[in-house]
Amino acid sequence: MPRFHIALALAVALVAAACAGQAKPATSGAPSVVTGGEKPQPGGTLTFVVNAEPPSFDGHRETTFALLHPIAPHYSLLYKFDPSDLTKVIPDAAADMPQVSADKLTVTVKLRTDVKFHDGTPMTSDDVVATYNKIIFPPQGVLSPRAGAYAVVEKIDAPDKATVTFKLKYPSASFQTNLASPWNFIYSAAKLKGDIHFYEKNVMGTGPFTYVSNTKGQDWIGKKNPDYFGKDKDGTKLPYLDGYKALIITDANAEVTAIRSKQAAIEFRGFTPQQRDDLSRALPNDLAIQEAPWICVNYITPNTKKKPFDDVRVRQALNLAIDRWAGSEALQKITIVKDVGGLMRPKGPFAQSDEALQKIQGFGKDGKAAKEQAKKLLADAGVPNLSFKFLNRNITTPYEPIAVYLIDQWKQVGITATHDVKETSAYLGDQRAGNFDVTLDFNCDFLDEPDLQLAKFWSASKAGKGLNFAYYDDDKLDGMIDAQSRETDPGKRLKIVADIEKYAMEEKAYQWPVLWWYRIIPYLSTVRGWKIGSNHYTNQDLTTVWLTKK
Amino acid sequence: MRAYVIGRLLLMIPTLVGVAILTFVIMRAVPGDIVALRYAGSSVPESVIEQERHILGLDKPMWAQFVDWMSSIAHGDLGQSLWTGHSVVEEVGIRLPLSLELAVLATLFAVAIAIPLGVIAAVKQDTWVDYVIRVFSIGGLAMPSFWIGIMMVLVTLTVWGWAPPLVFTPIFEDPVANLLTLVLPAVSVGYRYSAVSMRMTRSTVLEVLREDYVRTARAKGLRETLVVVRHALRNALLPVVTVISLEFAFLIGGLVVTEQVFNLNGIGKLLVDAVAHRDYTLIQALVLLLATVFVLVNFVVDMVYVALDPRIRYS
Repeated sequence: MPRFHIALALAVALVAAACAGQAKPATSGAPSVVTGGEKPQPGGTLTFVVNAEPPSFDGHRETTFALLHPIAPHYSLLYKFDPSDLTKVIPDAAADMPQVSADKLTVTVKLRTDVKFHDGTPMTSDDVVATYNKIIFPPQGVLSPRAGAYAVVEKIDAPDKATVTFKLKYPSASFQTNLASPWNFIYSAAKLKGDIHFYEKNVMGTGPFTYVSNTKGQDWIGKKNPDYFGKDKDGTKLPYLDGYKALIITDANAEVTAIRSKQAAIEFRGFTPQQRDDLSRALPNDLAIQEAPWICVNYITPNTKKKPFDDVRVRQALNLAIDRWAGSEALQKITIVKDVGGLMRPKGPFAQSDEALQKIQGFGKDGKAAKEQAKKLLADAGVPNLSFKFLNRNITTPYEPIAVYLIDQWKQVGITATHDVKETSAYLGDQRAGNFDVTLDFNCDFLDEPDLQLAKFWSASKAGKGLNFAYYDDDKLDGMIDAQSRETDPGKRLKIVADIEKYAMEEKAYQWPVLWWYRIIPYLSTVRGWKIGSNHYTNQDLTTVWLTKK
Repeated sequence: MRAYVIGRLLLMIPTLVGVAILTFVIMRAVPGDIVALRYAGSSVPESVIEQERHILGLDKPMWAQFVDWMSSIAHGDLGQSLWTGHSVVEEVGIRLPLSLELAVLATLFAVAIAIPLGVIAAVKQDTWVDYVIRVFSIGGLAMPSFWIGIMMVLVTLTVWGWAPPLVFTPIFEDPVANLLTLVLPAVSVGYRYSAVSMRMTRSTVLEVLREDYVRTARAKGLRETLVVVRHALRNALLPVVTVISLEFAFLIGGLVVTEQVFNLNGIGKLLVDAVAHRDYTLIQALVLLLATVFVLVNFVVDMVYVALDPRIRYS
């Protein structure tokens, strides 16, 4: 029976994950709740694990999930992803979906008028304008790592207290969805005016939970905001929980212990298959599991500034040597990778079909033929016995098993790769200095969006500076990436993205994904109203989460 | 004696300055960059990285950074963590009580079993009692304390479905919760610690038991307990005190893995996180703190020698 429960939960999760598609606008602001027919029960405190600590408290400044998991429940966004359908964008503090002008250059957002900050002051368009000005046009001394994602914005205005307009420089395919970025907490204009750095060390939002306390390195506590504006579809006030407590636990064993001893109910980032199985065995009657493809991936990145990796034949051989389909079978059993894909998340809205993908060099199913071709290319390039150092990060999951698999695959075509494992900081230092032959790079995003997933593919001396560790400059590729970003016709955009994949991964063989990550969340079955998505950044405000009294 | 004490205290200053310089230089020689790490895995443009390096003062020449730091210290300011932006004093202040309490509990546990068992093993030399105690102590040396900790947690979880609380509660807030959190880590650390002290106690007591004055005490007809406790043990304690004290100093910042296994928010974990983040200000402050603890503990041990052995006099 317990196995049946687990299998059922797994099946539901897999079906839900398989249904994940393109983010699409909704017309209603009230989130429906994932209840499976149950009526949500108010009350209780959710205790969950966060396996890292937020550096500062400012969502506009940081890029780590470790900030979002404990802090997102204190804030509202303009738009967010629907907790019951994470492919759909719904209004949060906005009153409705954005209105786009006929020339596609003005986006108008109407705001709710019942939103209050935790200090009781009402939220108005001044706050939204101050928030987005800080993000998009940060003043001197203010860091905004995502300002570039809004480069299309020319200016932001507030025609009245409940309206905000974004004037764009050119039509953008991704701007509206980017308004649902989980980092864009709405801040108080008054607080920002008093001290633009206020939110680095303080919390004061309009979200469903107010701040209670934070013991650095240990925990973060929030309690229900009685003045929160949100209601569910039945008109019940949100959030359901009385409060939450985030435990900061950085050791993998201690994380499992926390769930197993029921000191915590859930960890929202993800566990390994072994951890899932350990918990399943230990808590056969009390565990639920959700799994989903993840918008995270490792890239094999050769340094094109170094010989012989400046030779496209050598790079193509490196790619052809890898049998990703066999790798997927083997590695998904031991680590958090699974699907074979191109530059866009497999089965995601911008992904090519498996059949189309298999036509790209290195992604075919005939591993033996590809290896023969790789050997021939190496011989043609004059390096039949190529050897190099393979720079990797000293993090076991999933970096180590992936690297072991790759090194073995390369060995089969006569390539000797020495595993050069470095502590994260030194690894990043070597990547940024170009001090490597080939490296295992990585990327995670909150959204299936070519503008995000292609950021590492811009020319290294231009928009890709500090991101593109293959260190090439390619004006043609830059032009293609720019074109897809400006293309507002979904079909045409898809075609450009497919062309980019063919060009960057086969024709030029700059860098390639290994396998896309796979997210596994085992949690106590008392937790309801939370649904896994294809990233660990969104759906963290806990508005619809509730606890059964079981 | 007073001149000696003042001299020792003054000597601490160049020692700590030397530690400060070494730490400063070594950390900057190690490859890595806190800013790159902060934005790892994100599509953050290079301009943001450069801007943050400028804000943190990491684009200044190394000598200028050193002068800034020493100047802050001279004004009693240990600076701010580069990672969190919070003051170093605040960061350390949160963790220090836990680390101190764990060190004290582990030391108490270690001393409580090491000295009696060490003495018994010496008195019962080469009997089965001695062999059992020696095997017990070798076990403590052979098994890493974090492994013992993991095993303890696994056993309590499997048998009783219980694990120590993962959130530290200060002793004055809830003594029971406090002890429940720290008892298993204190035992796992204290066992290894006791093994070192136990073997040291055994060998020094054995040595002292062969001294002439012990034979004289026995010849006078004193009871064996008095001979061992009053005449032998007191004289045998000098090296044992040294070992115990240095281990205590080590425990304050050296329990990195044990702290991770039990999710204890202590100084060791903070130091390792700081090194991983290349949080220079915090690393420098923590190393200075730990160096100060070591220097002070050594000083106190030297003073304790005088109390334990009347023949020792400093001038």
